Amino acid sequence: MARELLEGNMAMAEAAIRAGVQAYFGYPITPQTELLEWMAKRMPELGRAFVQAESEVAAINMVYGAACTGVRVMSSSSSPGVSLMMEGLSYIAGTELPVVLIDVVRGGPGLGNIAPSQGDYNQIVHGGGHGDYHPIVLAPASVQEAVDLVVLAFDLAEKYRSIVVVLADGNIGQMMEPVELPEMQPVERPIPDWAVRGCEGRGRRVLSSIYIKPEEEEVTNLRLLQRWQTVQDNEIRYREYFMDDAEIVVLGYGTAGRIAFSAVRQARAEGIPVGLFRPVSLSPYPYAQVKAIAQRAKAMLVVEMNTGQMLDDVLRAVEGKVPVEFYGRLGGVVPYPDEILDEIRRIARGPISIGVDPRQAWMKRLSQLIMN
Amino acid sequence: MQTEIVLAGFGGQGILFAGQLLAYAAMDSGKEVTWIPSYGPEMRGGTANCTVIIADEEIGSPTVRNPKAVLAFNLPSLDKYEPMVIQGGVLIANQSLINRQVQRTDIVHVMIPANEIAEEIGDKRLTNMVMLGALLHKLPVLTLEAIEKTLEERLPARRKHLLGLNSQALRRGAEFAQREPAYSV
Repeated sequence: MARELLEGNMAMAEAAIRAGVQAYFGYPITPQTELLEWMAKRMPELGRAFVQAESEVAAINMVYGAACTGVRVMSSSSSPGVSLMMEGLSYIAGTELPVVLIDVVRGGPGLGNIAPSQGDYNQIVHGGGHGDYHPIVLAPASVQEAVDLVVLAFDLAEKYRSIVVVLADGNIGQMMEPVELPEMQPVERPIPDWAVRGCEGRGRRVLSSIYIKPEEEEVTNLRLLQRWQTVQDNEIRYREYFMDDAEIVVLGYGTAGRIAFSAVRQARAEGIPVGLFRPVSLSPYPYAQVKAIAQRAKAMLVVEMNTGQMLDDVLRAVEGKVPVEFYGRLGGVVPYPDEILDEIRRIARGPISIGVDPRQAWMKRLSQLIMN
Repeated sequence: MQTEIVLAGFGGQGILFAGQLLAYAAMDSGKEVTWIPSYGPEMRGGTANCTVIIADEEIGSPTVRNPKAVLAFNLPSLDKYEPMVIQGGVLIANQSLINRQVQRTDIVHVMIPANEIAEEIGDKRLTNMVMLGALLHKLPVLTLEAIEKTLEERLPARRKHLLGLNSQALRRGAEFAQREPAYSV
């Protein structure tokens, strides 16, 4: 199939359309607006539902309602808008509905700015709305991967009756790259046996997140957890580069991961035995794979565009078996590959500090860098 | 092997379009390519710029600190990006809007009156094509023919009459660059 040059936001929107999304509800926010714009044009053309809601709160509740009918439904937003959606997402999780959300993260907290950031890792991967649930979270590093993951997101959402978040950032949303789009899937699919869309000739179905008796909520929470175990067993995804003989392993996801890839490739050219491990599923997180790397690597370097949020997951998997270092840029600042290359060289030269909090050590280095 | 090109100027100079044209031509030539704009609030009134990376293999970082080539369409862009060009790289500067010389002696550079050349051809909006032509002479990452082919295939029908002018602008830019001695180490 011919490649097309597409901007990330538009490519993700078109991927959702090809995956058979039947309803889109959203509200504009930079750096994600082109996604909604594409939907505004394409969805009515195809006779599908598009609503620009009056707010993100309204949009996510429209998503909630549409999801109850068993159709493929999604929304998209960027950090502050996603914060507004959290109550609705929790209700969706409690009602066990398949929903896809694309979050094109920008610098924060607060109004922040519109630059690319990974500051919402904890919010999306570990936090989110209230209550005991886990969303599936997928992090693309290129426009093609964003397309592929959006399609996968709909399948996983339906398979596990789960929220699936595609966690991108402003770079992924705004850059143009060649992509192969998937074939257009048929919109008509079997109606799930839990969907509510009129009960003529059959018994009543109820979809709700209300379990007023704690004993019943406990059963529900346990069911969610059991389902999550299945997700953990089956849906771990990651990419590895130069890992065969790597003594130093760099870990990064999304944009930080692909920037690290440039640095790793250059370090390899200098003869440094370094590899890259790029988690694609952030939830479920590839703990076992990171743990296995810690058994054989001499040192690890976590690279993020935040203050070390995934770092905590890496440290949890590593269990102190190997020195872990951290490098991050903050608030919408995107690192250049040479910054990461310098870190790799420093680690390769040694000595690597053991027993030092990687975040504390990095804070000192970053303070020097920023103040100069 | 990859080539990074920064195009910088102000809004309305066709910076983003010229970058996209490079990206399309690279894709049509079977290469890997990434086009990324600077989409911050500085786009309003200040410099507008984008980075194009053309490569034979998977592209990592979409931006680099020290690009192989810079097209500076105005003085603020030259001030910002002249120090960034990698040693031995290429700098094309739009003399029409720049009232100083290039300082670096360790890069190849061309000072080209791109606005005037574009106006001679008949449309000031061709400035970006003149600049692109000069670049591709000094940095033959793609052929002029590849750019022309992409224009021909991708220009919408209502713009097809501009093909000849665009082609002329590309070639005039390349010819100018050819006459310029290579100011290189």
